[in-house]
Order: sequence, then C-alpha cells, then structure tokens
Amino acid sequence: MTRQMTGAQIVVQALKDQGVDTVFGYPGGAVLPIYDEIFQQNEIRHIIVRHEQAATHAAEGYARSTGKPGVVLVTSGPGATNAVTGMTDALLDSIPMIVLTGQVPTFMIGNDAFQEADTIGITRPCTKHNWLVKDTNILAETIHQAFHVATTGRPGPVLVDIPKDVQFAMGDYTTKLKSKTSHYQPRIKGDIDSITKAVEMLEKAKRPIIYSGGGVINSGVGASQLLRELADATGAPITSTLMGLGAYPASGKNWLGMLGMHGTYEANMAMHDCDFMLCVGARFDDRITGRTDAFSPNSYKVHIDIDPSSINKIIHVDTPIIGDIGHVLEDMLKVWKSRGRKTNAAGIAKWQAKISEWKAVDCLKYQSSDTIIKPQYALQRLEVLTKGRDRYITTEVGQHQMWAAQYLTFEDPHRFMTSGGLGTMGYGTPASMGVQIAHPESLVVNVAGEASWLMNMQEMGTATQYNLQTKQFILNNERLGMVRQWQELLHGSRYSHSWSESLPDFVKLAEAFGAKGIRCSDPADLDDAIMEMLDHDGPVIFDCLVEKHENCYPMIPSGAAHNEMIMGDASTEGAITGKGGALV
Amino acid sequence: MNALALKKGASKKSAYDLKNPLGDEVETHTLSVIVDNESGVLARVIGLFSGRGYNIDSLTVAETDHEGHLSRVTIVTTGTPAVIEQIKAQLDRMVPIHSVSDLTVDGPSVERELAMIKVSGKGDKRVEAMRLADIFRANVVDTTLTSFVFEITGTPEKIDAFVELMRPLGLTDLARTGVAALPRGL
Repeated sequence: MTRQMTGAQIVVQALKDQGVDTVFGYPGGAVLPIYDEIFQQNEIRHIIVRHEQAATHAAEGYARSTGKPGVVLVTSGPGATNAVTGMTDALLDSIPMIVLTGQVPTFMIGNDAFQEADTIGITRPCTKHNWLVKDTNILAETIHQAFHVATTGRPGPVLVDIPKDVQFAMGDYTTKLKSKTSHYQPRIKGDIDSITKAVEMLEKAKRPIIYSGGGVINSGVGASQLLRELADATGAPITSTLMGLGAYPASGKNWLGMLGMHGTYEANMAMHDCDFMLCVGARFDDRITGRTDAFSPNSYKVHIDIDPSSINKIIHVDTPIIGDIGHVLEDMLKVWKSRGRKTNAAGIAKWQAKISEWKAVDCLKYQSSDTIIKPQYALQRLEVLTKGRDRYITTEVGQHQMWAAQYLTFEDPHRFMTSGGLGTMGYGTPASMGVQIAHPESLVVNVAGEASWLMNMQEMGTATQYNLQTKQFILNNERLGMVRQWQELLHGSRYSHSWSESLPDFVKLAEAFGAKGIRCSDPADLDDAIMEMLDHDGPVIFDCLVEKHENCYPMIPSGAAHNEMIMGDASTEGAITGKGGALV
Repeated sequence: MNALALKKGASKKSAYDLKNPLGDEVETHTLSVIVDNESGVLARVIGLFSGRGYNIDSLTVAETDHEGHLSRVTIVTTGTPAVIEQIKAQLDRMVPIHSVSDLTVDGPSVERELAMIKVSGKGDKRVEAMRLADIFRANVVDTTLTSFVFEITGTPEKIDAFVELMRPLGLTDLARTGVAALPRGL
C-alpha cells in the first residue's frame, strides 16, 4: 500500500525509514517546506551549523566516527555551492554522505532564478552520483537509492536535488523495502583463486609487509579484527596510511607506524625492501608511493580493493583481488589456516631484526626545549594525558595533522578523522562537532593549526549552542606551517604570504563565543593547562603557542623514493631538485 | 646518518609521471557502453573523460531500448593499455552504467559510420565526384546544378579515404556521425 504525502513529508519519512537520527543543515528559501516538516517531529535531530561547508564536514565526522552515512540538508544556489568542498572531501576519502539540496521550482529551472545554480552540473564530478527529482512520486525511491549508492561498494557522497514545487506536491511514498533493487551492486566476495595465490606468496615471503588503508575502516569493525588476526598470526609487519590509522592498534607488536611522505623511517624502509606487499584497502596515493618507478622495486604485490578502478591505477600489482576487505580477509585467513598456517619463520625473524634496526634510528626524535613548546612535545603530552580515555581525534590540515598522526596513537578504528585525499583546511572544527554529536560522552579533540582553524571558526557558535564539549587544541605557530616548510625547502626561504599578521586573541575569541579559552606558552605549564582543558565541562579553545619554524620530519621530498627520506637532523640543502620542485 | 642523506638528482620521477607497466604504445579502442537513458548521463560520461584527461576520438549515443530506458554509447578512444584499462574501470563503476565492453579486444566486431559530404563544382570535377561516389557506393541525397550531397556508410577508414578524394573536387561541408559498433556473431 502506498501512502500519499507531500514531497517534504516524503523526505522526512524516507530519512526515518533509513534510520537517520541526525541531520546537519542550514535552511533557506528552497528547502523551507522540508524544514517545516522537521519542525513538526522529534525523531530526527537537526543540527544547525553556521556555514554549509561545515555541515558537510560535520556529517563526515559523524559518518567516520560511527560507520553510518552522514546526512546534510541545505538550500539551493549558495547553499549547494558551499557544500561542494565537503562533498569533494568525502569523495576522495570515501565517506558515505547524503546531501539533500533544495532547488528552485521545476518551472523556473534554467531562468537564472533567485538562488538558482546548476547543482547537478556543479556536483556531478564531486559525487558518486546525483539526482534531480522532478516528480514527487519518485522522490522516496530516489532517496532510498541515494542511501544505497552512498553506502554500497566504495562509499562516497551522493546528492539529491529537490525543487521546491516537488516538496509541496502530493505523491506516493514508497518504503525502503518496496523500492526497486538497483542494478548498482558492486562485487563483495573476492575471487578465490586470486586469494589462494596471495596466500601462497604470503607463506613463502621472507620480508612481508601489510600496507593497510581507509578501506579497512570503511569495511567495518570486523575487517579491522580480521586484519589484526592476519598480521599477528603471520608475523607480518604492518603499516598504514593516514586514513587507515587505528585499524591495527598502535600498541600491536607488528606496528610500524604510518608510511608515506611523513611516515616513519621503519615503515618506509620496510615498504621499499619488502619482497611481499599486501595492500589492503589503500590506493597507492602519491603521498604514499613517492617516486613510482622506485616504489618497492622487488616485491610481489597483492592489492585488495572494492573499487576495480583502484587496481593498477598507479602501481602495477601482481595479484589484484576485487571485493570487500572483510569478506576477502576472512577467506584469506580460512585458506591460510586450511593450508596449515605456514609462514617463512626463518625469513621473517631476520626481517624483524632488520626492522628493529630501523626502529632504533628513532626517526621521530626532535630537539626538545625548556623555554618554548615544541609542537611534537605538545602532542606527546596530549597523548599521555588522554591515554586510556574514550577519545576521538580530528585534525585540520598541515604540519599539525602529520604530527598528530606521528605522535598520537590509535588503538581502534573510527577514532581518527582527518582530511586525507583532498587536504581540506577547515575540516577539523566542524568534523569534531559531528563526532561529538554522535558521541556526546566521549572526549573529542580537534588538533589544529591556527590558520586552518580560522577557516571554519564560526562553528564555535554551533559548539556553544549544543554545548558540544569539543576541545580545539590549536598548535599556534603564527604560520601556515607546511607552506612555510615547503618554501624553506623549495623556494629559498622566501616566506611568501605564509604567515598571519593579525591573529585574533584566541582566549577572548573563545569567550566571545561563550566558550572557555586557555593559552599556554611555557612547556612547564603545559600539563596543567591540558588538564584544565580536559576538565572543563564545555567547549574549549586551547591556544598553544609553539615553536614557529619547526619542520615536520621525516619527509620524503616530492619526487624521491621511500629510501630517500630527509630526517630531522639531516641537512635539507638541495633536498628537492629538478622536476621534484614542480610537484606538490 | 649519512646513509639517510638524499642522493643528488633523486627527484627525476614521481607519481605524476605515471609509468605504464604494460607498455607505452598508444592504442585505439572502441568501447560499447550501455547506460540508463536519463537526463545528464552523457554529461557524466563526457565529464569523466575530460576530468581525467582521457581522449575521445568519436562518440555516438542514442536510445536503444525504449522499454528498459537504456541507451548505447559507442566511444572510440586512444591511450596506452593502462589508460584504456582505467577508462573501462572508471566507466564501469559509474552508477547509471550497466555494462562496458571493449569491442577491440572482446572478439571480432563490426564498425560503421555514416557521413554526409557536400561537394560543389561544375564540369569535369562534378563528373569525377559522381564517378568516385559510385565506386564508394555513396548515395546522392540532394543535388542542385552545382552541388551534390553524398551519403556514405562504412568504416571510418573508408570515409576518410572518400573525404580525401572529394577535397580537390570541391568539398564544402562534411558531417560525420561517429562510429556505431556491435560484436559479430551471437
């Protein structure tokens, strides 16, 4: 039986049908009928942000910390265009997100009406798929289909554009169960012959490594469990991308730390020297591979990915396995066990010894100071003082983000939210709000730089309105630290526009928003100040004044190979030469 | 720490110089793609090609299944084998795309294109154009005392050859449909 209701009622009913409890949004002319329906119900909580971009990042934070899709509701025109950055961010980081946009009435489309934009055209390349709904009768089905597409296969953002007259008109409501099945059904189970081949190679490997990524986290908590079992049972050392941190615990015995441009020495050296690489849900991004023709030159490579277009895109692999990480790892473990749990124990023991040598280099060592707070020290203290707590970390983008990945530890998936692929400054503050809304009792810390943080600072208003406890931990070097670092290395230390001349007083700014502000500039006071932040019942802006010209190391310069890292105390003169200088 | 120091000139290549492991020869492939016949679907396909820097040599699209709301897009594209593989994978994961087949590698196929060619002239040139059209089995679909419009169907190569012959004989206008193709046999 179909029920007749208005388009706006259909939107709210479809969201309820999909189990949505939270919507992040901002009202405007073209979505007023939907807001009117939201007003008249209590099942779905609407969070009013201060900028549509923040709604998308908050939804990303919500999605990444819960594993459920994030939902965004914004108006036409500027509402939709402001959401573009967040959708692109979610596309590159494979975050499930449903964006509902209002649109001018169907009869006005194409007339350059007030707040009209070609939302479908603008968002086509930054969504997995998008729909313009011109008929109220297919609205419910389209929304159900949108959830299916966003959450199936490689997750990503989708957008449903709903003209205002479609919201007012009456139409049939189709339930989730009654909706016709989509032909979009990505492959879940991996090919068993390929899995067996991968196991054979793993059994023989003298120098195996597991290189895991965000796909493990997207596949669900079970996938992380299986990954841990595989790494621990076979003794294979494991490294992870920025997106995959937490899938394998940082305290685990085989953990190498993050790999890539600012990865650890041991992880990158092991990637370079291994003879067997199992890539699990990662995509050989350029931050990971460095120079591709020198990438892990002597290894047999297995790549598990749910997206066939990730296979052989950048690095040619020997055995691709297309499927869901959880399913493939489960089959892989089954095959490995049924073949007698073989490993090349002698080879791996030597390999572990080699890795221990690399670890002894202590690549994250830095010059400590009694007089000024080193950013690495600030994060080490944050780590110590929050260890064991129910903790979620978000970050902005830049040096602080890399230091957070290096100096904070993650024991579980869904605990680290950061903009990896797109590198969106301004991500962390709204993302931390989204995480806090999903986990009201947990500690949520946004590790930020002052420049990134200012990009979405208006969201402190959201934090105080909903009494979100998020702690904004700003490593303030009065610089665009990563830009400055590159200018130092590549552009003769000509610091073109990479500093801020008139930063706000962050303590007063916090107070202006009705939050608490704390400033700390002396390493001796840092622990007390961090404790004060953690103990405060409400949002905090923590202005941590740190060393202004600290560089983030180790670093694989653009255009270099994994075994060509610059270390903290090495000379950086002439480090990036020739073509590498043109890379980002 | 000397072993860690960066070698001079270490930055010749990077991820931006994607090395193709399967060979660097550029190949031409004909892809047959079945898509939902919905608004904007062609823009999605074309946007994928322009956004990722792939080539389109020719593209034809029309509805082929009215009941099922399906269209067939036939794309002729060039690229190294790795790029062709990427194009197919990128197309195949798009939501409104039902199937992607590479007619160039999937077995024998037939490819045809239609062109209309306007040739203006008098005297010997006009007679020669008519004679050559006959050899190529082109039809005259419009004529005046000083012009013909020929319609010719065939492989792109055949059409290329005919067009080249018509140029010195007074070719003034040309319209081509692009390739339509199907696999041979069942």
